[in-house]
Amino acid sequence: MSAAAVLQVAGLSTSFFTKAGVARAVQDVSFTLGRGEVLGLVGESGSGKSVTGFSLLGLVDPPGRIVAGSVRLEGQELVGLPSHALRKVRGRRIAMIFQDPMMTLHPVLSIATQMGLAIAAHERVGRAATRARCIEVLNRVGIPGAAERLDAFPHQISGGMRQRVDIAIALLHRPAVIIADEPTTALDVSVQAQILAEMRSLVAESGTSLVWISHDLAVVAALSDRIAVMYGGRIVEEGPTDVVLTGPRHPYTQGLLDSLPSRAKPGTELVQIPGGTPSLLALPEGCPFRPRCPRETEICRTMPEPTGDALRRARCHHPLVLSPAEAA
Amino acid sequence: MAVTFLQPGSPTRRFLGDFRESWIATGALAVVVLIVLLAVFAPWITPQDPYDIANLSLADARRPPGFVGSEGYVHVLGTDAQGRDLLSAILFGLRISLEMGLAAGLFSFVLGASLGILAAYLGGRFETAIMRFVDLQLSFPAILLALVLVALLGQGKGQLIVALVAAQYAYFARTAFGAAATERRKDYVEAAAATPLSGRRIILRHLLPNALPPLIVVATVQVANAIALEATLSFLGLGLPETEPSLGMLIANGFQYMMNGRYWISVYPGIALIVLIVAINLVGDQIRDQLNPRLRR
Amino acid sequence: MLGFVLQRILQAALVMLAMSALVFVGVYAIGNPIDVLISPDATQDIRDATIARYGLDRPLWEQYGGFLGRLLQGDLGRSLVFGVPVLHLILSRLPATLELAVAAVLAATLIGVPLGMYAGYRPDSPLSKTIMTVSILGFSVPTFWVGLILILFFAVELGWLPAGSRGETVEVFGVGWSFLTANGLKHLILPALNLSLFKLAMMIRLARAGTREIMLSDTVKFARAAGLSDGTILRRHVLKLISIPIVTVFGLEFGSTLAFAVVTETIFSWPGLGKLVIDSIQSLDRPVMVAYLVLIAFLFVLINLSVDLVYALLDPRLRRGQVA
Repeated sequence: MSAAAVLQVAGLSTSFFTKAGVARAVQDVSFTLGRGEVLGLVGESGSGKSVTGFSLLGLVDPPGRIVAGSVRLEGQELVGLPSHALRKVRGRRIAMIFQDPMMTLHPVLSIATQMGLAIAAHERVGRAATRARCIEVLNRVGIPGAAERLDAFPHQISGGMRQRVDIAIALLHRPAVIIADEPTTALDVSVQAQILAEMRSLVAESGTSLVWISHDLAVVAALSDRIAVMYGGRIVEEGPTDVVLTGPRHPYTQGLLDSLPSRAKPGTELVQIPGGTPSLLALPEGCPFRPRCPRETEICRTMPEPTGDALRRARCHHPLVLSPAEAA
Repeated sequence: MAVTFLQPGSPTRRFLGDFRESWIATGALAVVVLIVLLAVFAPWITPQDPYDIANLSLADARRPPGFVGSEGYVHVLGTDAQGRDLLSAILFGLRISLEMGLAAGLFSFVLGASLGILAAYLGGRFETAIMRFVDLQLSFPAILLALVLVALLGQGKGQLIVALVAAQYAYFARTAFGAAATERRKDYVEAAAATPLSGRRIILRHLLPNALPPLIVVATVQVANAIALEATLSFLGLGLPETEPSLGMLIANGFQYMMNGRYWISVYPGIALIVLIVAINLVGDQIRDQLNPRLRR
Repeated sequence: MLGFVLQRILQAALVMLAMSALVFVGVYAIGNPIDVLISPDATQDIRDATIARYGLDRPLWEQYGGFLGRLLQGDLGRSLVFGVPVLHLILSRLPATLELAVAAVLAATLIGVPLGMYAGYRPDSPLSKTIMTVSILGFSVPTFWVGLILILFFAVELGWLPAGSRGETVEVFGVGWSFLTANGLKHLILPALNLSLFKLAMMIRLARAGTREIMLSDTVKFARAAGLSDGTILRRHVLKLISIPIVTVFGLEFGSTLAFAVVTETIFSWPGLGKLVIDSIQSLDRPVMVAYLVLIAFLFVLINLSVDLVYALLDPRLRRGQVA
């Protein structure tokens, strides 16, 4: 697995140094992404999943910055890279798609101009070749009549089409990794399903690895090979999708699964995790989930270390299912 | 990226704390306070009463800074074309500038805020008529309006204040209307208006408090603007009469001597004027930044 | 669309009518105009004759009617001081003011936009803080004082640039222009800089606020994620977006630039409209004052009207809807 690793993240920590204090948005995040693999990064808003995504591209705006850790893309260390070198990596070898396609495209530049600029950022290509390439990629993401759409402005096309344009821009340089930050959340349910299916086949045929960030466990379950669950800025559980879904080890993951509407028996009340997301400025001492956890004891006041191996691990003093080592 | 912050302390305390954090604004506030004190106590700290013609001696006219005049004391900033001690003239000039600026600011505030809030409260034809007129006036440069009014009304403090208020009240009206109209349309005010509660209560309890913060920002800026406008009118020879030289007139009187090197007659009053105006604006700027929720992070 | 245009033009005409009435009443009804028309020791006969000639014995509305009728024929009366038709006087001074105002607006845009964009792009750098401090100065320091300082430094101390007048001009279409000769250009620099200062400060503010907001937007984040350099983003994404409000504000502010020329022209003895109106105020030359004010009011109504119409072209929602 590690031989084919495209992205290796180790001990990544990102903090925001605000007037009100230091917000530790991401702490000690580690995971490995194989070639062509899809990793689902799940968590509620404020869990640090989006900041993790931005940190991977080195796109954290002040007052935030990466304070520790390493991000290796195809063996190359990205953390600490000077900005001009980082720029050459972004869009070419690692790309990102955002949540709201209504906000990402420039409102008064044509789609052709915006795609052209994205190509010109990394390659010198002639005008005709640029156009041909844009049309080809737009076709690949399922935009009908790509040649005409190319000269449209964003407000002339639908939200689903815009998100496809965003995906096309991310695919322009055939990057090794794409970070997708809830790209379907803002869309209609029917469009969501289409785009999910398209993304799955695009990734499969191009061999691109995908980090799919979402608050929606159901979406992630349908798409990803592996799942990492984030809470309070840390990954609390990680493993193959079916293993995590059928045998969660962290009480928080269990809570998330229990609160899925599809799992509730019709007519019964939906289960909720009691309490709310902790403030990143004032995380509880020890395990961040402690105040909401049904299995909390005195030892939870110390931070649990991840147990298990790189393929299947969790950060909990009282896991629901013991790892083989613990069981022994 | 949603990060939840704790917000300790009361709003006022936090406001003052944030204000103190900007050393520029704190310094500016200190300068404003100092100038106000100097102006208020000018008659007791200046070596000379610059308005008393009997004190002036032409033999002392246009002397450079540091000159010891016929009265036997040092003219720290030199003397002007009439032989006035420039330091005394400047402090008395500041007095007039502040007087004019505060009076114009206060009257414009009361007039503009009343019109704006009333327009927001009453709505309908009254709102349309008032705000149309205000907008029309806002698109017209204040300086021209003041210029013409002063030319027509004649010189004098009262006339000058009328001209300044006429030129400035519209800013207050627009600001008050904007804030009050937003609040007026909120459900809870609509609900209050539907009950037999008095209109005065709605205006005083709901509309005015919400319009107040932006009005305060406008007020600081407009006091500075009134001072600048008064100086400009005086510089153009349309402000106060010669017998009570304001800063603008001191500068205008020195202008002709600047060309042959007697810079101080214009420059020192000018510096006093600029320091005052800029300091007020810096304070206003800080208040505006702090009241603007979009810049809060 | 045609209905909207007609409605707006009608509105503009009404505003114009109201403004002219205000100006007329303001200038003629306050104070006794006869006092400034003739010397105090003139005989009663001369006095009566003058009153009759100017129609000052008629009711005010009749006088206004006559004034309006003459106005529509382009007759703005005669200057009491210069003894020539006011229209002629104004037209002869207009080019100098236009030249000054255009130069000032150009300078403000070309200098202000890049500075403001930089300040918005790097809001915490020392250079940005300096730029913003200078822009606060530009906003708050009175124009006349800056003009004085410019003269003191560049004309008196350094002797680089002339302190007043238009310098040599070249006649084009029967009008003299300063910017076509090297000498005239030299004369233009200081007054144009002086007049541009307020607009420059405003430009910096607008450009900074726009840039700051756009740089934090998802659009820019997405462009960055695609590998675009900040230079490209500033030149293409940001400039394109901030140019819309900037152009709007400039259209609206051009009129006030003409008005502010009053101060600059007085300091730099620039023989334009502003200098003319100050002189006429000081000598109580009422016909000139009235004509100037009517002209400025007309200009403002015209600018507001065109902005409305351009918006209607750009935004279809405004066309059919209520005139807010």
